[in-house]
Amino acid sequence: MGDVKSIPSPAISADERSHEVDHPSSQVAHFGAEQPLRLDCGVDLTPFQIAYQTYGELNADRSNAVLICHALTGDQHVANVHPVTGKPGWWETLVGPGRPIDPKHYFIICSNVIGGCMGSTGPASINPATGKVWGLAFPVITIPDMVRAQAMLIDRLGIDTLFAVVGGSMGGMQVLQWTAAYPARVFSALAIACATRHSAQNIAFHELGRQAVMADPDWHGGGYADRGIHPHRGLAVARMAAHITYLSDAALHRKFGRRMQDRELPTFSFDADFQVESYLRYQGSSFVERFDANSYLYLTRAMDYFDIAADHGGVLAKAFADIKTRFCVVSFTSDWLFPTSESRALVHALNASSARVSFAEIETDRGHDAFLLDVPEFLDISRAFLQSAGKARGLKDG
Amino acid sequence: MSVQEVLPLGGVATGQSGDFRADHRLVAEMVKPGSKVLDVGCGEGDLLQLLETRGIDGRGIELSREGVNRCVAKGLAVVQGDADTDLVNYPDDAFDYVILSQTLQATRQPRVVLENLLRIGRRAIVSFPNFGFWKMRLQLLIGGHMPRTENLPATWYDTANIHFCTIKDFVELCDAINVKMERSVALDLYGRPIPLNLPWWVWNMFGEQGVFLLSRGGGK
Repeated sequence: MGDVKSIPSPAISADERSHEVDHPSSQVAHFGAEQPLRLDCGVDLTPFQIAYQTYGELNADRSNAVLICHALTGDQHVANVHPVTGKPGWWETLVGPGRPIDPKHYFIICSNVIGGCMGSTGPASINPATGKVWGLAFPVITIPDMVRAQAMLIDRLGIDTLFAVVGGSMGGMQVLQWTAAYPARVFSALAIACATRHSAQNIAFHELGRQAVMADPDWHGGGYADRGIHPHRGLAVARMAAHITYLSDAALHRKFGRRMQDRELPTFSFDADFQVESYLRYQGSSFVERFDANSYLYLTRAMDYFDIAADHGGVLAKAFADIKTRFCVVSFTSDWLFPTSESRALVHALNASSARVSFAEIETDRGHDAFLLDVPEFLDISRAFLQSAGKARGLKDG
Repeated sequence: MSVQEVLPLGGVATGQSGDFRADHRLVAEMVKPGSKVLDVGCGEGDLLQLLETRGIDGRGIELSREGVNRCVAKGLAVVQGDADTDLVNYPDDAFDYVILSQTLQATRQPRVVLENLLRIGRRAIVSFPNFGFWKMRLQLLIGGHMPRTENLPATWYDTANIHFCTIKDFVELCDAINVKMERSVALDLYGRPIPLNLPWWVWNMFGEQGVFLLSRGGGK
């Protein structure tokens, strides 16, 4: 008691986790030696694999494909029951039958990012050169690397132009990277609660999370997999800290206030007296059941390095010069991780490029997480944007 | 001109879909089909929707979040922004037309805004309530009050309209900053255009609002 040891241990074994890493319960695209993934760090990653899910049917024109990009701790299971947690798809408010992104109208693709741990090649995968888990020997990856890999998957699926690329948070970064790197392949882009670069404050929070992981003695310099253990305490603390940044003061107050957890009076101990403590511990412990600690280090690093303007001579508008893509940018008033000012900077750059852009700031007290929640105004806007783009694309019903 | 219907000018579009405000119809008629248009202060997007029906690529800026979100929920390309501060982000000649409908009087720097409109757009269409309208004059002269009308009902202390002008004032501003008036229409209280052959002072007296199609003067 008194430290995070009171976080329950994960319910599944390390073996179960590693099974999803190498043999995901989803579709997998394998890329052999003839198709290496050229990484920004200069390494050619080969062979590698991308785990992905699809929903709906690709139409005859191949014009109705929607790529969903997941956030830091998401995966390809956007609209189906998760194979590890048994929970519904992580974006069921937006994606699914009757939702704004309905498999009845669109061919929906969602892939696990490179560096992830749900079946796409990452630090938890087996390095074929050594037969051991990659660990920290895995090359550092970037958001552009993730998008380059997705483009290879889209090629493999025989799709030239995506009708829409959609994502929030780190997923939104991928959306923006798609439009900057492959403007002609993206008909419309829905970028939610994101930014064109990671702020100093966000890098600081990520560093906090990484240090928590690395401070766990079970981390073993990243080599925990060989020992059959997982630094779940460090990773849980990282998740707890991060989770606070996804909420807001108002949301925490509304949800928990200073209410006690299953007790009337303080215990005068470091037990989880407050509901908010209990909630955070639960968030931490449930996260480590499905996520790899090294993967968390790599993906947070990729977000830290993200800066579209820096890749275009420091001028953001240059990244979107003469772009034909239709943009919809959405931010949330209480999101202090990716505040509206970041979206506004993006919109200014898009205006300077004469891009077609809609920008809505949604009023909510639910913080950064709002993009994953049932926020009707956001969902209505997403639906209308895609319908309008679908009309321009000549899609039926969209 | 087909704007003979009796419609409330400063009000909102009538309930039935397909019905558009008289001044919006007049503005839309000034825009060549197929052009690219920016509507500054686009409200809830009524004018943009009208332009869309005419095959025009319309974009909008709107100050109020509610207005923006309603526009975006209609599938319109509208961003939240301020005419005074955000027009600088747009490059020269980005649009064929930039429209400022019933918004000039609410800007902090009408002259700078007007200059920006004609930098961003090859043409600008500006409409505004005419403070020289006889009812306005009468309220100040006889009543001794700052004028209020059905279309501008706010009191002096809570109005967003901080830079009222008359048609005559506006014409002088256009001359001063070398803006060419390609077309000018004054609409009376009922949204009807005042006959062209009447002298300026009649427009300034009986025009409830002015609608101007502007382009850059030759001297620039």
